[in-house]
Amino acid sequence: MTLKYLLEKEFLQIKRNKFMPRMIFILPFVALALFPLVANFEVKDINLVVVDNDHSSFSARMVQKISSSGYFRLNKVSADYQTALYNIEQDDADVILEIAPGFEKNLMNFQPAGVLISTNTVNGMKGGLSSAYLSGIINDFSSEIRAEHLQNNSKLKANAIEIIPRYDYNPHLEYKYTMVPAILMMMLAMLSGFLPALNIVGEKEKGTIEQLNVTPVSKFTLILSKLIPYWVIGFIVLTICFLVAWMFYGMISAGGYLQIYLFAAVFVLAFSGLGLVISNYANTIQQAMFMMFFFVITFIFLSGLYTPVSSMPDWTQALSRISPLRYMIEVLRFIFLKGSNFFDLKWHFAALCGFAVLFNGWAVLSYRKTK
Amino acid sequence: MKQFLSFVRKEFHHIFRDRTTMAILLILPVLMLLLFGYAINTEVKNSKIAVYDPSNDSYTRAIIEKMDASEYFSVVKMLKNEQEMSEQFKNGEVKMVIAFSENFHENLLHTGDAQIALIADATDPNSAKSVVNYATAIIAGYQMESQHLQQIPFQINTQIKLLYNPQMKGAYNFVPGVMGMILMLICAMMTSISIAREKEMGTMEVLLVSPVKPAMLIIAKTIPYFFLSLINLTTILLISVFVLGVPVVGSLFWLLVLSLVYIFVNLSLGLVISSVVNNQQTALLISGMVLMLPVIMLSGLMFPIENMPVFFQWISQLIPAKWYIIGVKKIMIKGLGFSAIIPQLTVLSGMAVLLVAISIKKFKYRLE
Repeated sequence: MTLKYLLEKEFLQIKRNKFMPRMIFILPFVALALFPLVANFEVKDINLVVVDNDHSSFSARMVQKISSSGYFRLNKVSADYQTALYNIEQDDADVILEIAPGFEKNLMNFQPAGVLISTNTVNGMKGGLSSAYLSGIINDFSSEIRAEHLQNNSKLKANAIEIIPRYDYNPHLEYKYTMVPAILMMMLAMLSGFLPALNIVGEKEKGTIEQLNVTPVSKFTLILSKLIPYWVIGFIVLTICFLVAWMFYGMISAGGYLQIYLFAAVFVLAFSGLGLVISNYANTIQQAMFMMFFFVITFIFLSGLYTPVSSMPDWTQALSRISPLRYMIEVLRFIFLKGSNFFDLKWHFAALCGFAVLFNGWAVLSYRKTK
Repeated sequence: MKQFLSFVRKEFHHIFRDRTTMAILLILPVLMLLLFGYAINTEVKNSKIAVYDPSNDSYTRAIIEKMDASEYFSVVKMLKNEQEMSEQFKNGEVKMVIAFSENFHENLLHTGDAQIALIADATDPNSAKSVVNYATAIIAGYQMESQHLQQIPFQINTQIKLLYNPQMKGAYNFVPGVMGMILMLICAMMTSISIAREKEMGTMEVLLVSPVKPAMLIIAKTIPYFFLSLINLTTILLISVFVLGVPVVGSLFWLLVLSLVYIFVNLSLGLVISSVVNNQQTALLISGMVLMLPVIMLSGLMFPIENMPVFFQWISQLIPAKWYIIGVKKIMIKGLGFSAIIPQLTVLSGMAVLLVAISIKKFKYRLE
């Protein structure tokens, strides 16, 4: 019964704060509606500078083939390598293709002909993929002219293995499918983490915690009353996100929503618990915010939200196992995109339950009524 | 002047008295840079793959062996039938399935009708593309090898030169971004509560009745945080160079100038937030959460700006971190000089002046 009054107090406090209710509704909506458009690692429209030292019909044909491939945008034709390099320094170009003199002559004489690809690899992923695309197109070009000139020479023709790539769950390789669950997850983690972290310490700073401490309310009930509002907020955020995903991106969960709510219920409980633990230890709002900020941002980057966990070094991979976010983001991607079911993910569920018990137990134990 | 100095001293007291907060402020950036410097990486290697090989002849076995031996793949499963293929991605262990057609070697030699399907889990598109690219290259390499084709006519020798980052380290791309993010959030969060706290504590009244001018008051508030940020900047740079191995190829002097201007922009951003809101909690939520999102998403820290829709490219121009990150990359990694960062320095200085002006303008003389 006391719980009911305590909850009434908590909800009233949230409602009376001018900023908080607006944030709970507007932030996830805006973030999920806009950010998937931005979060795009796709490598396309690579700016290319060509330094053609040969000026032959072959070199012109090859450049034509490259610029019609769709990956490259032929930005400039430079007279020499130095000017081209200057373009890269100024970020006007990403790749230089230099064609050696005598390119056509060498090819016609069955001599190897040389080209040089110089890529800007400050962004390693982009640099790697663009040089791979470019050398792939050049290879195609050489097979093309080989086929033209050696039609009758069957000795040099070889049977080729046909390689058929297939991309499951996301055949057009669109980034929104990866990013909508990621951003949804980020919103859920931020709101269910930051808000409780500021709660108890806020009462400490205002001095109202004294009044709570002198009441006969048990520690357990008190923590529960602090926890339940954020649990409700978590569900609101999740629902807003699902609606936006459906309305703006036409994305519907492949594995149903009930399962996701079940996992999310445990996740929010765990993460809000962590927020409360921090709130217990912090002396000022500022400290609480900085500590929570550290955990949220570390969890976000360690959990495979933006870069794959499997690319990390072993020790950070091990570290990511103690992040509840890692389990939840996998759950979300697997259920939402691949339609996995509860039994594929039973260990994830167990891990999340473990976190929930750990953090909330800790929150109850670390709450001190007396100094 | 004396009046001003005593105000600065008061602000220093505020900070030094709270030892825990100060420790957090100094240690946090170090921890974050270390974690992210190692963790943020998009390189794809050691991907687990499953193989469906109904032919099981010498040729397919050799290809599988090649795959397993490369640094990109490790074969973890041999599938017994085609039905198993569609189940592989459900628990996320396997990144790609390789399926050979039947009688592979026979057909390759006689009819030329031999296929390999590379089925990738494309919930992460670039990783999927990378694993397919690697696998294709390995298969093609093996085919060349097995046919003993050394001298093919009409061959183009492609030489690839990797500029600035020949080892393709992820850190080169992310460290400037992480620097921008950490400095922005720490600086903005530190200052954003400074005025709001005085309002909440009630000490604002005392400041308002003092004869000091608002401009003085605001500048006095930034100075101690500016010093703290300098310490942070130093530790961040030391860690980047000596621990993460990201060099400062260009001039250290201009890197510092650029960073100081950037720090000043963020401190003034914190002040603007601080003078607009009334309590610490809101100030922190705005400087922490609301600022964090655009910085992560729009500054070019994670996602290339050139991929964004035009509208967002315009918005990204408004984000100080974007200019800073570009400037840092130019100096630290490309090794360019002062003339290359003139646009970045100009924009950041402009932002600093504008933000200080706004915070002075918005500063309220009267209590409500």
